[in-house]
Amino acid sequence: MDFEWSMLADLSYWHTTLQLLFPAFGETLYMVLAATFMSYALGLPLGVLLVVSSPGHVLPNPWIDRVLGTVINIFRSAPFIILMVALIPFTRLVVGTTIGTTAAIVPLVISAAPFVARMVESSLKEVPHGVIEAALSMGASPWQIIYKVLIPEAKASLILGLAITTISVIGYTAMAGAVGGGGLGDLAIQYGYNRFRTDIMILTVAILVLLVQGIQSLGTILARKMVEH
Amino acid sequence: MIQIEHLEKTYTSKQGRVTALQEVSLHIPQSAIYGIIGLSGAGKSTLVRCLNLLEQPTSGRIVIGGQDLTRLSGKDLRQARQKIGMIFQHFYLLQSRTVAENIAFPLELAGVSKEEIVARVKELLSLVGLKEKANVYPSQLSGGQKQRVGIARALATKPQVLLCDEATSALDPQTTLSILNLLRDINQRLGLTIVMITHEMKVIKEICTDVAVIHEARIVEQGPIESVFIRPQSEIAKQFVSSVFPNEMPPELLRELAAHSNSELIRIHFVGSRASDPVLTDLVRHCKVQANILYGSIDHLRATLFGSLTLELLGTPEQLAEAHTYLQNREVQVEVIERGF
Repeated sequence: MDFEWSMLADLSYWHTTLQLLFPAFGETLYMVLAATFMSYALGLPLGVLLVVSSPGHVLPNPWIDRVLGTVINIFRSAPFIILMVALIPFTRLVVGTTIGTTAAIVPLVISAAPFVARMVESSLKEVPHGVIEAALSMGASPWQIIYKVLIPEAKASLILGLAITTISVIGYTAMAGAVGGGGLGDLAIQYGYNRFRTDIMILTVAILVLLVQGIQSLGTILARKMVEH
Repeated sequence: MIQIEHLEKTYTSKQGRVTALQEVSLHIPQSAIYGIIGLSGAGKSTLVRCLNLLEQPTSGRIVIGGQDLTRLSGKDLRQARQKIGMIFQHFYLLQSRTVAENIAFPLELAGVSKEEIVARVKELLSLVGLKEKANVYPSQLSGGQKQRVGIARALATKPQVLLCDEATSALDPQTTLSILNLLRDINQRLGLTIVMITHEMKVIKEICTDVAVIHEARIVEQGPIESVFIRPQSEIAKQFVSSVFPNEMPPELLRELAAHSNSELIRIHFVGSRASDPVLTDLVRHCKVQANILYGSIDHLRATLFGSLTLELLGTPEQLAEAHTYLQNREVQVEVIERGF
């Protein structure tokens, strides 16, 4: 079925289109939220470790610093589409399948977690060294420095990082769609590209634009609230 | 209270070894306000940071309240640090916490109960005069108010020692005075030993009881401020003293005032009761010389008056010699600048 403008007046057009869009949107949301959450579960501790193990910080350790930094760089340099294929055996091991939405989450997490680690690292490095020293002078332990100084003081920057990460993950999920991961990206390729349904293409892109705008605005507002008291 | 013994600190970098502290030994008595002054790069910041081991000394001992800090590590060191407060030039308050929460911070670290924290924070807020600012964030405070929060925070765990690292250097002169008054007040009320690092002699003059001058990684002079201010021995100490007590006449002025054929230019220094004796009148009457005051200042250090005057004495050589003897008998220090014969 090719697209014609007159179809927009037809209620059944909207009925079938929404039936396509809704589940795809749900899948995208599921992938984005699950992947972002798990990327932070992995990436946040790694980012903290990167910061505290750096020279002159509260737990300096050149070995951890260097090895972790290199591993993160290796994962970050692999293009997502390649990583997704390369990780197929691992994905099967973890979720038992290599196609579908849940399967797409595995490479998404593996790809986003190192990114999250770097985002967290740069946020925590914004905390002035003097503030950390002041806490040390009051007898703070490294662990107390992490959860009472570094993370609360970097909260605004961490939230902006979360918005950036979530938006990047949305981009990745569209790619995951290309190999059968489901979601809006999948829909855009299958209908919009393979079946010349420009209307579906435009609608999916519009939804993605709104999603990205919404997340960025939310992040900006929350971060500003943290800074302005 | 604080015993620093043979403290050394060297940094090794790619450019080579840099000595930040060399053979530093100091005794800081209980309840003293001990000033450590030096130019930037002299090592004073390293020294104060060694006192709570923010900087690990290369060798030497730091004994505070009978405890050798250099032997401590981990939990013991953290507990010892809770007994040593510290304030900073740039305050370093937690931006994400209110004033009250900032003051509560060291108490939280120490595991003090919630009720106790509330009570103690209230006490400290009134001690530093910030009761109305309890729920305000640091970004809304002025520099002086921020430093008051810093002081309250440093005192929260009832330390025996307060380290001040250039605590007033970022403040304007008036705010500096109010912070110094607060520190003196705390020192007197709580008997707290205060160590002040500064590059400003007027800070030392204002509140310190003792002073050490650090220059190029070494302590070049130390003692009660009266002795260091009145008789500085080292060149650097003289420079610091003249920054607050300009007792040396500018050379271009001095050149114009060259001694006459029957006169000499002298500088006299007097201390304590000498400053209030009518020495000059007596001198003129007794030795029949004429005295012309060219330059001078009289100031005080805590309760001690002291000053210096640059004089031109006119008279015969015999009269002038008599004047010297007379002044020496009155325990006034005389320095001859120029003789006209």
